Amino acid sequence: MSSAVLLFVGAFLASAVEAVEALTIVLAVGVVRGWRSTLLGVAAATILLATAIAVLGPALGELPISTLRLVVGALLLSFGLQWLRKAILRAGGVKPLRDEGAAFAAEREAAGDATPAPSRGVDWYAFTVAFKGVLLEGLEVAFIVIGFGSTHGRLGLAAGAAAAAVVLVVAVGLIVRGPLERVPENSLKFVVGVLLASFGTFWAGEGLGVDWPGDDLAIVGLVALIGLVSLLLARGLRERWAPLRPAPEHA
Amino acid sequence: MSLLGRILRFCWSFVVGDDWRVAAGLLAALVVTWLLQREGVSAWWCLPFAVLLLLIGSVRREARAAG
Repeated sequence: MSSAVLLFVGAFLASAVEAVEALTIVLAVGVVRGWRSTLLGVAAATILLATAIAVLGPALGELPISTLRLVVGALLLSFGLQWLRKAILRAGGVKPLRDEGAAFAAEREAAGDATPAPSRGVDWYAFTVAFKGVLLEGLEVAFIVIGFGSTHGRLGLAAGAAAAAVVLVVAVGLIVRGPLERVPENSLKFVVGVLLASFGTFWAGEGLGVDWPGDDLAIVGLVALIGLVSLLLARGLRERWAPLRPAPEHA
Repeated sequence: MSLLGRILRFCWSFVVGDDWRVAAGLLAALVVTWLLQREGVSAWWCLPFAVLLLLIGSVRREARAAG
């Protein structure tokens, strides 16, 4: 039960972070270059992603479960440690926080500087930028869903969490009609990094035949241990490094 | 850059990221855990211990480089 809740929360938050980043790109390009070609790019990327998942998804069921857990666990662990490391450095003031407002402004400026949008036909700049943004962020969501879901036989739960996150982010984006600047992205990445690293450690260990004390409950212990050490690291950085450096600019 | 080059670069940044030492350390930890398990040692502690060491080391290196 507890691992199912953690799995849902992890897949939901990780997908929400990626959805916010994709939405920022799509909004910036759509506002400057027009919506038709931008939405065509979004639709093309979504179809390509759905096709890739539909083709590759069933193939996962053919792999031996221990191999699947080892490979996916190791990838989740590596990916999760990258997120967690960046989130700790940002929370400690060593790296600037990601600012969706600034990212939106930079993307909008780049779109404005590009070749003017044609009055007829497809605007390939808008199409390509929206396509790339949705495809790359979508691939990360797909990887997270497969990682969280397949190794525990709960692909439906992870996919549902990701779908709920994407729908929520898009709905809020449509209501706000702007970049989601108030989403505490670094805090989300911190939590997701802890969850990815914990689940990755657990499944990679399972794939190697490790007997975890408490079985599935070991995930809760790993979350607590990795979360505590990460918080202490961020606090240590704030105390030792932040006073020595000028306040980081939001970029 | 060719399409293949871009795909390889995406895979590298996705799996290895900014600090290759963490990825190399994880690989080493997985091999050590596998060897211990094969020898009949209960090695559940090995991966969490390695993960914490690698995380602390990587954060400290980055903070030193930035400071």
